[in-house]
Amino acid sequence: MSAEPLPPALAVVARGSAGRRIGAMFMRHWFLLRGSWPRILELIYWPTIQMVLWGFITLHFQQNSSWVAQAAGVLISGVLLWDILFRGQLGFTISFLEELYSRNLGQLFVTPIRPWELIVALMGASLVRVGIGSFSAALLATFIFGYSIFDLGLSLAAFFLNLMMFGWAVGIAVIAVLLRTGLGGESLAWLVIFLVAPVSAIYFPVEALPDWIEWLTWCLPPAYVFEGMRSVLFGHGFRWDWLLGATLLNLACMAAATALFVWSFEVARRQGLLLRTGE
Amino acid sequence: MQVVKVDRLSKRYGEVVAVDGISFTVEAGTCVGLLGGNGAGKTTTIAMMLGLLLPTAGSVEVLGADMSRQRWRVLDRMNFSSPYVELPNRLTVRENLTVYGDLYGVADVPDRIARLARDLDLEVFVDRPVGRLSAGEKTRVALAKALLNEPAVLLLDEPTASIDPDTADRLRSYLELFRRETGAAIVLASHNMSEVERLCDEVLMLRVGKLVDRGVPAELVTRYGRRNLEEVFLDIARDRRREAAE
Repeated sequence: MSAEPLPPALAVVARGSAGRRIGAMFMRHWFLLRGSWPRILELIYWPTIQMVLWGFITLHFQQNSSWVAQAAGVLISGVLLWDILFRGQLGFTISFLEELYSRNLGQLFVTPIRPWELIVALMGASLVRVGIGSFSAALLATFIFGYSIFDLGLSLAAFFLNLMMFGWAVGIAVIAVLLRTGLGGESLAWLVIFLVAPVSAIYFPVEALPDWIEWLTWCLPPAYVFEGMRSVLFGHGFRWDWLLGATLLNLACMAAATALFVWSFEVARRQGLLLRTGE
Repeated sequence: MQVVKVDRLSKRYGEVVAVDGISFTVEAGTCVGLLGGNGAGKTTTIAMMLGLLLPTAGSVEVLGADMSRQRWRVLDRMNFSSPYVELPNRLTVRENLTVYGDLYGVADVPDRIARLARDLDLEVFVDRPVGRLSAGEKTRVALAKALLNEPAVLLLDEPTASIDPDTADRLRSYLELFRRETGAAIVLASHNMSEVERLCDEVLMLRVGKLVDRGVPAELVTRYGRRNLEEVFLDIARDRRREAAE
């Protein structure tokens, strides 16, 4: 089945580009953030409260724990890096939830934007959210406790990238579910990342976990990052093997999450869920 | 010039038949109306024409692209407005139109927004958040979004809902002008019979997912022996076609 050739007025060549569409979606979230001070306050609030809480715990343990005393920043670094992971995932999924709250998803999916472009834009939005929240908390840690996570140097960039990748992978999986459930699955966006918290070795080494759960910990990228962080802080140097392990696992997680998203999108198209994404 | 071809299109949700084997075509520069009561299948048909919903059987071809598999090829030449979707409430009208202008690849977005704001009387509130607009103002903004990319195929679901008669009349005039100037094809789903009579060259009457009748509005009115399209609509909605024909 094929229509006749189109007249020049109708046979317009593709006018947009992937970069412009991604930029447009990124701008959409930037407009939202800059016009809403409660959203910005919320981004800064929790990372700061967490950092202050763990800062005081650190002060206490420095006098009562030889392990913490060896590396004063081990707990604060843990909490700040965990916050990058948590905020990275949350920033990604909340940006998607904003489309559900505003009943805008149906409009978006009839524009030329491809699903992968939307995902890249959501990654950008989550970077901005993490930047505002975690960067503010990290700066405050310097002033309040005299500890700067930036002393981790270039290794911080490697940790940051890997934690963001894992946050995005979890975020993509969550929005795949949200495509099916609509706002009924909203709480997943807030809760799901905490499933991996106990087995990510954020505040303690992997060896502190029971033997039967250690294998699961090494299946998850965050454990490599937090062990790597401790290695640097305790003066054992940067572990390239752990960086490689985290990166490979992250790539596998992102591939699996993307496959889930693509499948969910097609199911949503079959079931007519893209126009009706409320509760 | 055929720009839309709908061929034996069906959509089932389990036992429920939403659209049942309908076929029609739309020529460039014409307006086709989809008429039917609630649950007749109008919105489902439009969703399948946009590729937002996959048909159970049959096909939709728009500007030569199969909308189930090749929708990306033509989505920048289509647009739609529907009461089932909204624009982000916290963004201003201008911010929303800027985002959608870029999504559709519009050449000069600020200029296009300025022209639409002038033509559709949005200038007074173009820098106000969408959430603070009245229902009628929101409907005009939704129409502006639908016209941003000067689409070759425009799908409108209740485009003048919530608008006062004066503004609705001016919007219809604008749609007529837009169609004349650009040669766009319009598919219009509406419950407003005078709107359909005025804008549409052909009307498709749907009932429980089936295409039960079709024709030029004036022809249908004559054939059913009624005074206007609204009476024809009632005959069809209440399944009084046979009695009316007699």
